[in-house]
Amino acid sequence: MTATRTPSPPGPTRPVRRLGDRVFAGSARGAGILILVILAGVAAFLVAEAVPAITAPAEEIPGGEGLTAYIAPLVFGTLLAALIALVVATPLAVAIALFITHFAPRRLAQGLGYLVDLLAAIPSIVYGFWGISWLAPKMVPFYRWLEDNLGFIPFFAGPTSATGRTMLTAGLVLAIMILPIISAISREVFLQVPTLHKEAALALGATRWEMIKMAVIPYGKSGIIGGSMLGLGRALGETLAVTLVLSVSGGITFNLISSGNPATIAANIALQFPESTGIAVNTLIASGLALFVITLVVNMLARWIVNRRADFSGAN
Amino acid sequence: MAKRIDVSDLNIYYGNFLAVEGVNVSIEPRSITALIGPSGCGKSTFLRTLNRMHEVIPGARVEGKVVMDGHDLYGADADPVDVRRQIGMVFQRPNPFPTMSIYENVAAGMRLNARRMKKSDLDELVERSLRGANLWEEVKDRLDRPGSGLSGGQQQRLCIARAIAVEPDVLLMDEPCSALDPISTLAIEDLMTELKERYTIVIVTHNMQQAARVSESTGFFNLNGVGQPGRLIEFNPTEKIFSNPDQKATEDYISGRFG
Ligand SMILES: Nc1ncnc2c1ncn2[C@@H]1O[C@H](COP(=O)(O)OP(=O)(O)OP(=O)(O)O)[C@@H](O)[C@H]1O
Ligand SMILES: [Mg+2]
Repeated sequence: MTATRTPSPPGPTRPVRRLGDRVFAGSARGAGILILVILAGVAAFLVAEAVPAITAPAEEIPGGEGLTAYIAPLVFGTLLAALIALVVATPLAVAIALFITHFAPRRLAQGLGYLVDLLAAIPSIVYGFWGISWLAPKMVPFYRWLEDNLGFIPFFAGPTSATGRTMLTAGLVLAIMILPIISAISREVFLQVPTLHKEAALALGATRWEMIKMAVIPYGKSGIIGGSMLGLGRALGETLAVTLVLSVSGGITFNLISSGNPATIAANIALQFPESTGIAVNTLIASGLALFVITLVVNMLARWIVNRRADFSGAN
Repeated sequence: MAKRIDVSDLNIYYGNFLAVEGVNVSIEPRSITALIGPSGCGKSTFLRTLNRMHEVIPGARVEGKVVMDGHDLYGADADPVDVRRQIGMVFQRPNPFPTMSIYENVAAGMRLNARRMKKSDLDELVERSLRGANLWEEVKDRLDRPGSGLSGGQQQRLCIARAIAVEPDVLLMDEPCSALDPISTLAIEDLMTELKERYTIVIVTHNMQQAARVSESTGFFNLNGVGQPGRLIEFNPTEKIFSNPDQKATEDYISGRFG
């Protein structure tokens, strides 16, 4: 091939940009800025409304022992419930996603996929009612068994709640609620694993399960983590279901099956807000600020985990 | 350890579509066999039946016999996983595991075979395989970096290292050089010439010079028309194929008078 040098056209030295490009770039930038503005607005509101509670003398805070003493059990309860949900839901969701993408016959896989997605569309109050009227009583015998046999573990120290409205039940309900998010995202990333990589594993003599361990799960790891974090976000902020299911009384405890449970931040706000005035409202908003910070930290942590091994993510 | 492969009356299907029909061929151990032919005639399809990778595709199936040193690879007692451990494969597009380091890529097959292996033994195996693939000098200082960070030619040699690390009896290569520059291509051809001392090698290539340079025997696949199955038209020593082929079609294809 012969290279002919084309003379550079006369005219403006600024790169030519199409109108469409400019409109698109502008609207994308606008959307990005809008998100930041909203976020900053929410944060500013929370801080401004929380300040009176932060500066108030300890006796004026509900409970009479100061803001930290008020919020600490709530933060603990929020984290514990969300953690239980995450620990239960993630392996299950990944297993479901793997089954749908790699093991189930196509027809069944599709139906199952729809079914799991459908779980996401159920309103949380339904989960709450289901948890309180069906799951909680059904769990009581199981909790008794845990108390009798594994009571030496602090989680199952008991005494078993007679209603079953425990931290563990709340965590399980949350787990079912976040299951569809995690499994939907895992499913998408598992489907995107290039055939080339899967065949590389098979050609080395991997069984199907070994192929999944070698090629599919590592490739989908950042997706699994991302999905889990979305799920965790929902679990942290879930209000109605927890409000209904969890029987609240008492403070920080790792005892998951007794009737003395700390509330979660969101559920506590929902319960207390209607009857609160003055500094009590500011206290609730301060707890909301704590939830906001927790969510932010969790997301940053997830991002950090994903980026730590970005070179190995398969996205290059 | 190099083994001989006898294929008889092999028909290869994708669902109901007969892609390749009636292949009969004997592949000699310790030699390089090249497969040539126009695009779509079923070279890759045939190659993938030799290590049972064909059936990985939904609906794909095979009729006929593939016998390696007396064992029917499609016999009732043959396990595809075992077959693939004995018959390694290098793909047309380099496909190192992107989530693994260079070291882990080479060790991947070994980790499947022997769960526990002493670190020192594994180190030695990785070095030996990378040296075998002519890649050691280039990567020895960055074994813990991702394999996907290498150049295309280096990635392909990494895939070869990964394939020979498990010491297969046969090595199948589907256009291993098609994405590579002439220098990397030469490096891989040299490598194949070295490897044939120990392995049976089957290579698919669109590059006639390459087939002529490296192979002992050459098979020419062709198809009569769209929708028709591909056939193995001629299988002969490479010198004969390129100087005095039996079939008119082979001669036309080789001399560029195809189509
Ligand atoms: N996954 C598949 N499903 C259905 N048909 C396929 C599939 N892969 C290949 N085929 C068909 O099988 C025939 C042979 O294809 P194959 O890939 O073996 O050709 P090839 O000789 O390797 O061609 P090339 O030189 O372009 O790589 C073609 O008609 C092709 O359309
Ligand atoms: Mg091909």
